[in-house]
Amino acid sequence: MNALSVKHLKKIYANGLVALKGIDLDVAEGDFFALLGQNGAGKSTTIGIICSLVTKTTGEISVFGHDMDKELALAKSLIGMVPQEINFSTFEKISHILINQAGYYGIPKKIAHERMEKYLSKMGLWEMRDQQAFRLSGGMKRRLMIARALMNEPKLLVLDEPTAGVDVELRHLLWRFLTELNQQGTTIILTTHYLEEAEQLCKNVAIIDHGEIIEKANMKALINRVNVQTLVLELERPLLHLPHIQNYAHRLVDETTLEVDIVTNQTINPLFEFLIQQNIGIRSMRNKTNRLEELFIHLISENKK
Amino acid sequence: MTPTPHSFYLNLIAIQTLLRKEVLRFTRIWSQTLLPPAITMSLYFIIFGKFIGSQIKQIEGYSYIQYIVPGLIMMSIMTNAYANTASSFFLTKFTRSIEEMLVSPMSSVVILIGFMLGGTLRGVLVGVIVLLVSLLFTSIPIYHLSLVLIMSVLAAMVFSLGGLINAIYAKRFDDISFIPTFVLTPLTYLGGVFYSIQQLPPFWRTVSAFNPILIMVDSFRYGMLQVSDLNIYFGMSLVCLLLIGLFGFAWLLLHKGIGIKV
Repeated sequence: MNALSVKHLKKIYANGLVALKGIDLDVAEGDFFALLGQNGAGKSTTIGIICSLVTKTTGEISVFGHDMDKELALAKSLIGMVPQEINFSTFEKISHILINQAGYYGIPKKIAHERMEKYLSKMGLWEMRDQQAFRLSGGMKRRLMIARALMNEPKLLVLDEPTAGVDVELRHLLWRFLTELNQQGTTIILTTHYLEEAEQLCKNVAIIDHGEIIEKANMKALINRVNVQTLVLELERPLLHLPHIQNYAHRLVDETTLEVDIVTNQTINPLFEFLIQQNIGIRSMRNKTNRLEELFIHLISENKK
Repeated sequence: MTPTPHSFYLNLIAIQTLLRKEVLRFTRIWSQTLLPPAITMSLYFIIFGKFIGSQIKQIEGYSYIQYIVPGLIMMSIMTNAYANTASSFFLTKFTRSIEEMLVSPMSSVVILIGFMLGGTLRGVLVGVIVLLVSLLFTSIPIYHLSLVLIMSVLAAMVFSLGGLINAIYAKRFDDISFIPTFVLTPLTYLGGVFYSIQQLPPFWRTVSAFNPILIMVDSFRYGMLQVSDLNIYFGMSLVCLLLIGLFGFAWLLLHKGIGIKV
């Protein structure tokens, strides 16, 4: 069964802006799904409609088979949402924010308290439960929104740019947590600007541009479509001339930085054998750009044509 | 049996949650919500009741201060019920915490009832506070307690809904003070709080009879003092109709997402 099924979803704002041009999207149960796109591509509008924050113009959405036009309450009870912007009253206590959220879903107080302890502890906020929310740092506020979204233990968790503006440590903590949640059976839909994040976490991906889905694919299959990746080699000592390396396009960026293009299915062993023969030492090596990023830029520019 | 999201039980928890949240909010800021009416009304009782009132002859067998007490209680109920939902709902829009409710399975009716009850509770609580304050200045009979209670609750509900509708349309903080300042205050002061409409010329007496605030004040005064300028049953029917109309309109706005969704 699909966790989410979107058919011909269209959104035209009051000012005439066509945000979605009739998109179709299916997310399988248990998936970790990335919805990627540039600013203004239609990601947040899509998520806003799924989570009932934005009114659709036309189209159909169903959540675990429940049509949102016919069984809205049932469909909504299965969704949890972590928005991009802070959307809780900062004057309220952290515990009240969570208990109230549970109450909106009709969850009895006793169960709400158990879940609050569980999820605030997971997010490292349990000790701060009696503080007013304005005392939290930016990263803590984001963690609070994740804990809040889990209060109804949703089968489908939707996160809109959950790691935007958070430090590296917290980002990795959230990645671990979301992976664990997905392994326990929660379907996750994620929008992000960090393509590395999508590549690491997600099984399937859709790319949206100017209100249209321009690509839907399995993440690994999509990544494999990148024909060439560029390795950046930091050399041990300066090179005065560009060495002639057979079968690899390459260039010297500066005296100690060598870039080498690796075509799909090409092994890199001969490259290293050659460098060893030439007594060229390598201090470090990295990919010039994230592979998904390369593909993303390529697809977006193709769509512009 | 596992309750479905539509069940009465889940809705009841949601309404309780909204009500508890509202009560926590207005009691947390009691110095802005509960104390000012007590002080303002004390000043009304001192100035209009004691200083000026002592110079005014009795109205329908009551001293002037006794005559204005029901009107001032009702005025406090109405303004506080209105202010509660108007500011609380607008703040949820302003802080975007309204999204917490919109993503949840709560229906528009549940949200509406939760906010309306919150405003009603504050209105009635302030009414009780003003009644207690009035007892420091004069004695006041209550002839029909049930009518007093019914009118307090009905008026508070009507004005809670009014405040909610105002907040739904409001885009800035200024928008939630416009209606109270330019519509409700004039209607309240011309709504028989400080005088009997029998003292007005016939034309203005007829015009005043269409002022819903006057109808509420008059019915409430009848409940306390057993004196009235209008027909109580007609007044109560009109207030009930107004309540139904406002409830329906507020529900429609919430259901359509007007002012809260894009």
